[in-house]
Amino acid sequence: MSAKPAPLIEGTALPVWVLSAVGLVAAWLPAFLRVAPNRLLTGEALSPHAWLLAGGWLLAVACSFVTVPAGRWVLALLAWTGVAGLPLLAGADARDVLAHATPFTRVQPGAGFWLGWLAAALLLLDRLRGMRKAWQAGAWFAALAAIVAASATGAFDGLSLVREWQAQRAPFAAALGEHLRLAAVTLVLALAFGAPLGWWVWRTGRANGVLVGTLAFLQTVPSLALFALLIAPFAWLAHAWPALGALGFGGTGGAPAVFALLLYALLPVVRYTVAGLDAVPADAREAARGLGMSRAQLLWSVQLPLGWPVLLAGLRIVAVQTIGLAAVASLIGAGGLGRFVFLGIGQGAMDMVLLGTLAIIALALVADLLFQGLLALTERRA
Amino acid sequence: MIEFDHVHKRFGQQVVIDDLSLRIESGEFFVLVGPSGSGKSTLLRTVNRLVPVDAGQVRIDGEDVATRDAETLRRGIGYAIQSVGLFPHRTVAENIATVPRLLHWPPHEIRARTAELLSLLHLDEPGMGSRYPHTLSGGQQQRVGVARALAARPRIVLMDEPFGALDPLTRESLQASLKAIQRDTGTTILFVTHDMDEAFGLGDRVGLMLDGGLVQVGSPLDLLHAPADDRVRDFVGGTRARLRELAVRTVGDNMRRGEQADGDPVDADASLQDALGAMLSQGRDRLPVQMHGERVGAIVLADLVSRRA
Repeated sequence: MSAKPAPLIEGTALPVWVLSAVGLVAAWLPAFLRVAPNRLLTGEALSPHAWLLAGGWLLAVACSFVTVPAGRWVLALLAWTGVAGLPLLAGADARDVLAHATPFTRVQPGAGFWLGWLAAALLLLDRLRGMRKAWQAGAWFAALAAIVAASATGAFDGLSLVREWQAQRAPFAAALGEHLRLAAVTLVLALAFGAPLGWWVWRTGRANGVLVGTLAFLQTVPSLALFALLIAPFAWLAHAWPALGALGFGGTGGAPAVFALLLYALLPVVRYTVAGLDAVPADAREAARGLGMSRAQLLWSVQLPLGWPVLLAGLRIVAVQTIGLAAVASLIGAGGLGRFVFLGIGQGAMDMVLLGTLAIIALALVADLLFQGLLALTERRA
Repeated sequence: MIEFDHVHKRFGQQVVIDDLSLRIESGEFFVLVGPSGSGKSTLLRTVNRLVPVDAGQVRIDGEDVATRDAETLRRGIGYAIQSVGLFPHRTVAENIATVPRLLHWPPHEIRARTAELLSLLHLDEPGMGSRYPHTLSGGQQQRVGVARALAARPRIVLMDEPFGALDPLTRESLQASLKAIQRDTGTTILFVTHDMDEAFGLGDRVGLMLDGGLVQVGSPLDLLHAPADDRVRDFVGGTRARLRELAVRTVGDNMRRGEQADGDPVDADASLQDALGAMLSQGRDRLPVQMHGERVGAIVLADLVSRRA
């Protein structure tokens, strides 16, 4: 074993040291788990495996000094074990604690768990960089599969997050559906309005600063303020045209929420539509016109197929952004997963907050993956 | 027949075409030649209304193009440009079939026409039709561009420096293909180039354009022998004009009929430039001339050098 300190500047060992340091701190200082007598109280710290975890992180640091290829693999394996194993460890500990506790006792993953898990995930991400795509996808999928398989056997049933979910199954499913509906409707409307607007901006040239400027300004309005500002005009609309009110229009609810989300989504859709149209080679456009294509034929059979990948990349960003912003929409009664976050904050029930937050993050990641897949499909065809 | 009748065009303050009149006969290969910015591309683009004229008329077979529906007009006129502009997401066959599809030809006719064009433009290696443009060489791409322009058998084809970006060998081979196709089909071709050799090699008639106006229109030999003024003389090449002339004139018109010579024969329809090249490479000052494989006379170096009208 040739031990030679890797140079800091090169940066290959630096992420390992930084993340391992974070992991070490997480193993010792903050609580791995918190045990509380009921769901509203903050629990006492419990870190039953501090030595084991610290040992793992020290091993990671040691591996960063090893220059043989095996060191890299051991590190990757360590990180993977952390990603897949930490939740299992937490679940097992929770079960042990609950075996000798009252039925109201809650065991929450503590800051030590979250920090350590994050450090392990980032380390795995770093170690997988440069490997074949199939390896990378395989590693993450295997970790996910291990966690899902374990959860099916009830390995996490002791954790308060899971108990919270079990207690809230029906409202959770409803909120998930509302959230998806908000995001999907917004996305469809953003495409329906944004793409023609983008085409118009592209065709009339850069002189259209007014529209783009207005949309850019709207982006700077804080989401909470925008939702609040829309209450009055939408209430007035519903009052002035009762037919609209019958359709569900009103100062609060889905309509103003979708409208606000749409305002945020329009700028990226317009921008990416313009970029997509710009991506069409000028000579192909010239030839299409010279050969006698009408404007509609040019758009449909040349500009759309050639600009679509760029537009799709934009929609991906819009989807992730909208899923995140839709959390705030629950404040004006539009429902969605944000309800768990704000209800949880109001009750001081952190498990509930976490349940909503994690679900929103997972939803955003799934949407992102979905669009990446779509993008890969269209690019392979081109 | 294409007629330009007192055509004016300006972009902003700049006059691009200045009161230009010209008549191009049916079946003619007409080349507009001139330096960059002389207005030749703009003039070409007034024919299919990619550029509207400010005053005057452009007529095709007596009909003002401004009165025609732009898209219908363009589908009846072939169009090829220097940057080719193939559709990158469509195969070679789909690119060629663009106008026939716009004209709603039945599928089997489109297939037959595409196959015909692929072989006409020497694109007949297996699988060519289903390849994508980015897998082709520059010369092959332009062959597809020309095929696309010819696809719906237009009676008029507009070509804007189509071979300008190609290497000399590829360019010559494409010029030969185009010239042969034009002779066989009787298509009217309006061709724009800044390359004098290309103009003289292809054109039945050549129009020299400078600053938005036609300075001289005539056969290549007219321009070489009787330049209208010093600007034309400069542009056709001064002393190099005689070299260009060799490329335009044929062996058959300048040989000594019935005379004998030693050496490898040259063809009667080859250019005098080819004959001079053969003399140089064989180290002889006279060579036999053959027509359809038969010896018909001799070509003599002294005759190339002496000035004969």
